[in-house]
Amino acid sequence: MTNAQFNDRRIAGAGRIDRMRPLDFTFNGRRLQGYAGDTLASALLANGIHLVARSFKYHRPRGMLSAGNEEPNAIVQLEQGPHTEPNLRATEIELYAGLTASSVNCFPSVEFDFGAINSLAASILVAGFYNKTFKWPKSFWKKVYEPALRAAAGLGVAPDAPDPDIYDRMHWHCDVLVVGAGPAGLSAALQAGRQGVRTVLVEEAHELGGSLLSRPAEIEGATGADWAARIAAELDALPNVLVLRRTSVFGYYDHNYLMAVERRTDHIGPGRTAGVARKRLWHFRAKRVILATGAHERPIVFGNNDLPGIMLANAACTYATRYGVSLGKQGVAFVNNDQGFALALETHAAARNLPTIIDVRAEVSEVLAKRATEAGVRVLRGSVVAHAHGGKRVSSVDVRPVRGSGMVRIECDHVLVSGGVNPAVHLYSQATGTLKYDAKLACFLPDRCIQAVETAGALNGRFLLASALADGASAAQRTLSALGHPAPAQPTAAAEDELNLKPLWSVQALLGEKLPGKHFVDYQNDVTEPDILLASREGFRSVEHAKRYTTTGMATDQGKTSNVVGLAILAGSLGKSIPEVGTTTFRPPFTPVTFGALAGRDRGTLSDPVRTTPMHAWHVENGAVFEDVGQWKRPRYFPRPGEDMHAAVARETKALRTTAGIMDATTLGKIDIQGPDAAEFLNRVYTNAWTKLAVGSCRYGVMCKADGMVMDDGVTARLADDHFLMTTTTGNAARVLDWLEEWLQTEWPELKVYCTSVTEQWATAAVVGPNARRILESLAPDMDLSNAAFPFMTFREGVVAGLQARVFRISFNGELSYEINVPAWHGLALWEAVIEAGKPHGLAPYGTETMHVARAEKGYIIIGQETDGTVTPHDVGLEWAVSRQKDFIGKRSFSRTDTSRSNRTQLVGLLPQDKAFVAAEGSHLVASPARAAHDPVRGSPSIGHITSSYFSPNLESGFALALIANGRAMHGQTVHCVLGSSLKPMTIVDPVFIDKEGKRRDGTD
Amino acid sequence: MLRIACPWCGEREEIEFSYGGQAHIAYPKDPHALTDEQWAQFLFMRDNPKGVFLERWVHSQGCRRWFNMARHTVTHEISAVYKPGEPPPADAK
Repeated sequence: MTNAQFNDRRIAGAGRIDRMRPLDFTFNGRRLQGYAGDTLASALLANGIHLVARSFKYHRPRGMLSAGNEEPNAIVQLEQGPHTEPNLRATEIELYAGLTASSVNCFPSVEFDFGAINSLAASILVAGFYNKTFKWPKSFWKKVYEPALRAAAGLGVAPDAPDPDIYDRMHWHCDVLVVGAGPAGLSAALQAGRQGVRTVLVEEAHELGGSLLSRPAEIEGATGADWAARIAAELDALPNVLVLRRTSVFGYYDHNYLMAVERRTDHIGPGRTAGVARKRLWHFRAKRVILATGAHERPIVFGNNDLPGIMLANAACTYATRYGVSLGKQGVAFVNNDQGFALALETHAAARNLPTIIDVRAEVSEVLAKRATEAGVRVLRGSVVAHAHGGKRVSSVDVRPVRGSGMVRIECDHVLVSGGVNPAVHLYSQATGTLKYDAKLACFLPDRCIQAVETAGALNGRFLLASALADGASAAQRTLSALGHPAPAQPTAAAEDELNLKPLWSVQALLGEKLPGKHFVDYQNDVTEPDILLASREGFRSVEHAKRYTTTGMATDQGKTSNVVGLAILAGSLGKSIPEVGTTTFRPPFTPVTFGALAGRDRGTLSDPVRTTPMHAWHVENGAVFEDVGQWKRPRYFPRPGEDMHAAVARETKALRTTAGIMDATTLGKIDIQGPDAAEFLNRVYTNAWTKLAVGSCRYGVMCKADGMVMDDGVTARLADDHFLMTTTTGNAARVLDWLEEWLQTEWPELKVYCTSVTEQWATAAVVGPNARRILESLAPDMDLSNAAFPFMTFREGVVAGLQARVFRISFNGELSYEINVPAWHGLALWEAVIEAGKPHGLAPYGTETMHVARAEKGYIIIGQETDGTVTPHDVGLEWAVSRQKDFIGKRSFSRTDTSRSNRTQLVGLLPQDKAFVAAEGSHLVASPARAAHDPVRGSPSIGHITSSYFSPNLESGFALALIANGRAMHGQTVHCVLGSSLKPMTIVDPVFIDKEGKRRDGTD
Repeated sequence: MLRIACPWCGEREEIEFSYGGQAHIAYPKDPHALTDEQWAQFLFMRDNPKGVFLERWVHSQGCRRWFNMARHTVTHEISAVYKPGEPPPADAK
């Protein structure tokens, strides 16, 4: 029920609020009441609350400056717990029952705030104070300055629990996208919609109409609001038109790609709409765009112009006419243009509380002067507000004439300000549109844009209703004819001076003297006029530099009310014109967007695709610990109860070298290469020769980029004369396929070769170890597995465990090894059959960690670990795989000065002198311990680094692979591994640690 | 984000494509006949114009085919799309 103690500032009968639907809400712990149709800001003002925030730097009391998206002051934290959202503008929050909000930047409360003491220290908190103050001593950077600054910074707190809400995403293509549903946007959307083209109209408010909802107007015999409602109904009924309300376009990107966020449940409140996405991210691709984004009124800089109760004229008018809120008992208006003057009169018409208008202009048009007289409003021409008085609310203003002397103090509890209008060029500018300065309107207007975009209405400086409507229709007509839909020509309203504005940025500058109080330019970042003048004196003459030095326009409101004022003051101090100084760059987002909305459904397991092998279920069931390799989940090790990684890997490595192990090698990239020129093609991309490889045989190959650096390696088998199966490293599979395609398509189109990825078509189980042959014998009785019949580096096709299989005798660990490939859907059956057959032979499943240890024990490289794009095949000891006869990609680079020098880093093995020491991969190595003891970097230069490092249960020692300058000539020497401030001695050895003769790979028959 | 007309698939979003650098840099017929300096020129040096740039793209998430494109590096206007081996069309201004 309506409670008499609330809403005592309402104007009887006024406003577009539903007085039959009172809504309870809480602000800073205080229970209050507003009405359906209110924003949080209007509901607070209706309860007489102007002080809603403390400013960022000086913690000065602040109230609402605006009634829309440009609000710099009224930043609140909405709700609590996991739904909480910081950095929201009270002027945009639709009121709902039970809403809870609180102020930011204050402790312990907005009424009594300790941080306000910063105001006393204002003389040191000037422009660039971060750079000037927090410099010495150096030891204070991390321990004193940073924590203190971090605690003081920020607007509210982020939720500390996972976001319980859901978000979704829509992609939408249209012929015409209209941004903004004020008079111009409605007019444009109607023209386009009636022609039957696919039209989208996006409006940030919940109701279409823009200024028609907050200013008295008459269109086609109806009130502005009724006309807007009629057009909205017609647009909603058109099947080719999509109208999005509560949706903010925040980014305008290349090729007419625009992004918007739709707030779908925020007006209902958290936790009341289960299963409904809270926000929806819209991705638009529009053939043509019509921007009708309106304009923002701008303030005038005078003393204490930030006191609560001082607000923009259109905001005051909106609160009075749209929300039926009286801002106080007695107000004054301070204006420099006709629109501000008219807004003051409109506010007075609704609230009857504005007896005085202070106008800097010496002359005011007769029409307006007559309206003022009829309304009983006194007009002080040629006067300015020099200084406002008050504490937590404005109480009076000092008014002075521009010429001559004298000062009048006028008691007031609110002040309306209008210093002109800034068209909302943000999206147009993001679209790379250029701006031109209109000296008469004293604002930047859209000029030229390479994108397919039209602008309309207040954005074009058409501030009067009739000309905005006509401008919207004319923009639609140009758009339709560009789309090939001839539309009736629209009369273009002649440009006229719609403001009669006298430029006024700063009262101090106008009067040419220093005035008391603080003179704010950027309210949200607490930047004052003296800050900008100081920056200018200190040499920050470029607007981009001055912006960063003073932080003007760098707050979350992106300077919607402050940028133009700031650059005008800068221009004045430099003696330049405003267009000479120019604007800073407008960047997305136009308005803050939450991470939840951007992430959408791409959270948790959906944040990136997960690839699993056909054997994955078995790995999970058997307790595998997984690691991510690209998008693949690969078992890292299979711990038995009580085992940690170290113990599991020790056991698996032992099994592989003494009995048998099995690994899921499905993830290795597999590329099927076919065609009469396939062998020639491989000859060109691999460093070694392929034409003579026999059918049924395999060969290890290395691929280089044209610069001669190793790119990938792997084993390729010849299945037939014109048919090869290439394997690549797991992480490089897609890159290698792209590489092959690039050369086939762009350099060698004459080669008849087709490449197809078959990675996911085949499942692979590697059976490894002295018992591998015995295990396979029991599964493939028809296959002759003897060394003579099935030698190393060959493959055979046959039946394994009842499945048609390709078996490759290749090894990545030096042991007897069979890699069994079956069609992917048989992968699990194969795996389980091998596990069963291996039981009597000590077969242990092993993961990537054991694979790494085993391959490193043999000195086999891993692409991306031993190589990093600066390593040649020779550097890693693969010169045996580099052909001297034929040419191949990269060969020419081997004779370049840098690649052929003898002191390049070379692959070596390292053994720690303390066997328990396992070096960190990436550790640097130095030659001399003496000079390096306490300053390794300056004392002794790095001669290389460790690329792989493990503990080997077979060697019973830590061991490593490393790249060391001229390392091959240094076997037996000691180097020192840098570990923090200490050094660990290690001995350079051959990179093959076990079975140098290579006897183990054939097993025992 | 650009909207690119693949010569085989038609208009698609930029995320389906990968960039391949400057177009019309042919792999030398006989690299071994080049001086180190000429080879380095081929390997490392590319134009970086402010204006129309002829460049290679591949429709990696689509048909996997390479093609050439004339793109203005300031405005991102795409004035021509053509197949490998073809000369740049006259309207690639």
